Amino acid sequence: MAEVVEITVNGARHRVLVQGDTPLLYVLRNDLELNGAKFGCGLGQCGACTVIVDGEAVRSCSVPVALAVGKKITTIEGLGTIDKPHPVQKAFIDEQAAQCGYCINGMVMTATALLQRKPRANDGEVRQALAGNLCRCGTHARILRAVARAGKEMAQ
Amino acid sequence: MREFELGRAVPRTEDIPLLCGRGRYTDDIVLPRQSHLYVLRSPHAAARIRGIDTAAAVAAPGVLLVLTGADAARDRLGTFASRVQRRRPDGSANFVPPYRVLAFDRVHHVGEPVVAIIAESIAAAKDAAELVEIDWEILASVTDTAAATAAGAPIVWDEVPDNICFVYPVGDKAAVDAAFARAKHVVKERFHISRVAVNPLEGRTALGIYDPRDDRYTLYAGLQAPHVMRLELAANIFKLPANQLRLIAPDVGGAFGMKGSAYPELAMVLWAAKKIERPVKWIAERSESFIADHHARDNVSTVELALDDGGKFLALRVATIANLGAYLASMGVHVATNNLGGLAGTYTTPHIHVTVTGVFSNTNPTCPYRGAGRPEASYCIERIIDIAARATGIDAVELRRRNMIPAAAMPYKTGLTFTYDSGAFEKTMDMALALADWPSVAARRRAAAARGKLYGAGVASVVEMAGGPADIPLEEGIEIRFDATGHATVFAGTHSHGQGHETMYRQFAGHILGLPPERVRLVNGDTDLVFHGRGTFGSRSASVGGAAFLCAAQKIIEKGKLIAGHLLEAAALDIEFAEGRFTVTGTDRSVDLVEVAKASFIAQRMPRGMELGLDANAVVTPPGPTFPNGFHVCEVEIDPDTGVATITRYAVVDDVGRVVNPLLLKGQIHGGIAQGAGQALLESVVYDPGSGQLLTGSFMDYGLPRADDLPFFAVASNEVPAETNPLGIKGAGEAGTVGALPAVMSAVHDALAPLGIRHFDMPATPERLWRAIREAKPPSG
Repeated sequence: MAEVVEITVNGARHRVLVQGDTPLLYVLRNDLELNGAKFGCGLGQCGACTVIVDGEAVRSCSVPVALAVGKKITTIEGLGTIDKPHPVQKAFIDEQAAQCGYCINGMVMTATALLQRKPRANDGEVRQALAGNLCRCGTHARILRAVARAGKEMAQ
Repeated sequence: MREFELGRAVPRTEDIPLLCGRGRYTDDIVLPRQSHLYVLRSPHAAARIRGIDTAAAVAAPGVLLVLTGADAARDRLGTFASRVQRRRPDGSANFVPPYRVLAFDRVHHVGEPVVAIIAESIAAAKDAAELVEIDWEILASVTDTAAATAAGAPIVWDEVPDNICFVYPVGDKAAVDAAFARAKHVVKERFHISRVAVNPLEGRTALGIYDPRDDRYTLYAGLQAPHVMRLELAANIFKLPANQLRLIAPDVGGAFGMKGSAYPELAMVLWAAKKIERPVKWIAERSESFIADHHARDNVSTVELALDDGGKFLALRVATIANLGAYLASMGVHVATNNLGGLAGTYTTPHIHVTVTGVFSNTNPTCPYRGAGRPEASYCIERIIDIAARATGIDAVELRRRNMIPAAAMPYKTGLTFTYDSGAFEKTMDMALALADWPSVAARRRAAAARGKLYGAGVASVVEMAGGPADIPLEEGIEIRFDATGHATVFAGTHSHGQGHETMYRQFAGHILGLPPERVRLVNGDTDLVFHGRGTFGSRSASVGGAAFLCAAQKIIEKGKLIAGHLLEAAALDIEFAEGRFTVTGTDRSVDLVEVAKASFIAQRMPRGMELGLDANAVVTPPGPTFPNGFHVCEVEIDPDTGVATITRYAVVDDVGRVVNPLLLKGQIHGGIAQGAGQALLESVVYDPGSGQLLTGSFMDYGLPRADDLPFFAVASNEVPAETNPLGIKGAGEAGTVGALPAVMSAVHDALAPLGIRHFDMPATPERLWRAIREAKPPSG
């Protein structure tokens, strides 16, 4: 049964008409045209759909939208802009961490959630945090460098 | 010196939109009234379809259309082609199974498409799918590669009772037999190269549109080769003129060869879109990808190497069974047979004979995947050399050195099919050993042993053919088109899906035409916009795309000289072009290319009678293939208590010819190594032998390499320009995988050797290693 659900995404309040158990990923993409979060598996096993909810990295494909009500949701579109990217986005560009770009949303959002909590996270902690984010292009090494670089900047 | 030139480490210019969530992948494209396709697939590995009742599904809420194989037959849809043909032992052409859009009366693998349900939402389509009733008669199935050739094995196709699609012999059998007869040493081993599921992070996608106003179809899909796919769909499936179809590959989240195959879903969305006159979108789910995508590799090879008492390779004999799957993927037969030349490796082995038996099985068809037969060939030769090293007591590196083709011998006709144009294999090896600090391996081995760990170091010397085939290489198309503001658009027949082509073509434009990057835009992936293309696969875009770019650029310069001569009031013969400027020889009178381009649109500024505009199209067949090569050094540590193998160090020196961009190159090498290492240590597609059911159906069962699995790699280049490419480029996309698969397994074997384990098949997962270590060691106490 569809109902009116109010969620706050990137600082803006939205009212959408959806079933409460619809995964947040589909609401972001289909109802709000925020396509940054990607569908990779639908099972929370690849990380491509990651968004930040109340400061935590969350697999939006596995979170019913009803559970996101009243929380602060941030997607990659809300991190920074093309003219003023977020430090994590800028670090990914500076370290040349992107290839096909499909895992990037998940990597950036997971890393941002970690660094916002712990900008001085060490290499092991970063690897652990990103272990749930798959990348088939194999740019892991540069992604780790990018996160380390962003962490240094955010620690200042 | 200009920043955007060949050889410069220019950062990618295409990243900002991708990093800010502004990429446009197929699922990001949302069209008014778009509907959703759900494909009901066979749950059985082999079965007869006795009947399909779709009445309840048709009537279900939100359902717009339900299609079956009977509808496809009624609409006279064709079948997908197998692009390479081989022969059966009796000389007849291989059987090509009818690869239909929807199954007709039988299914041949779990996941085969049977019913297409199009509805207002994917949920409605899935609900309707549950109402479809199919009367199945389950048949016996066979999924294992070797088992498919055994007497009495279940028959996959009635037309082929022995399951053998083709037998392909290459080489001089008599010479090989004679060499084996007189050899001092002969080593033999049987290798199973695992089946893998490619799993790019973006699954397969297709969005089909029919426009009744123009009577034309458009397909958005994750494709590597849109022009090739357009021809396949037009000529083979729908029997339509090619210009009635437009194919667009937008941003694509990884392809690696798998998205080069023709698939039923691409046809389904177009077929359905015409019937309901609404866009039809299909997005693969991940568990669906495992049963519906084409898989890769899956060979059993028996390899024998004959050596003299000095360790010189006298002959190599290989017998391979290649699992083609239930159907022939577009390039499935290519993978099994066209890269065998790589078995010569970087060595002088004078006599080589290979027999490849292609078999059918009740599994997903196998298709090209990063390397497409080259990692398999390199694996066979590199593993048998390691085994020969242990058998003869000659050091594994020294044994390779004794047999390496000297740089002075180029061009070198190998003992099999390839003639290498260039390569300095020994120097590349020495550079890699230095980069890896090879002499210190022993110390690391001792340190690991002190911690109770097994430690292994392995190497691989590899070479592959790129930009082929060898006799007539495939062409590529590039158009360079200027506009009235003096900006250029490069229309490329290649497709960038992670390789950084926008940056690459800007470097070509800077280097050859002297254009700054902001004056160059790349368009690729759209068959309406790009005249002709072959696509991106097989490590060919930089080399063949570069050759075509050079040709188009030369035409631009030629016409530019005529215009410049007119503007400068000099004869065209007296005009030189360099660094983006046309100059009257011996003077300082010049005009730049941008000015010439602007002038070309103004009749008053042009020579009388000359056509306006500055534009050139080139579809180029390069003079020959190229041979990227490299030397890989891998070290692994294995915990005998858990079986976990960790790559501790990895060094590689690659010769990809002239390096276009070291940053892009390193990205490709890293990614290639990750995929080779993934197959060696983690990945394996597993079927249940009895039922043919796929057991590895999700990322919980199928392991992809993760951030905590791989160390930083040391990557360096030994640039030996290609003689068969006008820019000297060899190609780099697959080199990492071709070397990593053998190198990682070589290291694993080195770690296991002290336990007396001579041979261990991939994948070296913790569970398999743990078992092998337990079985090798006598229990203590």
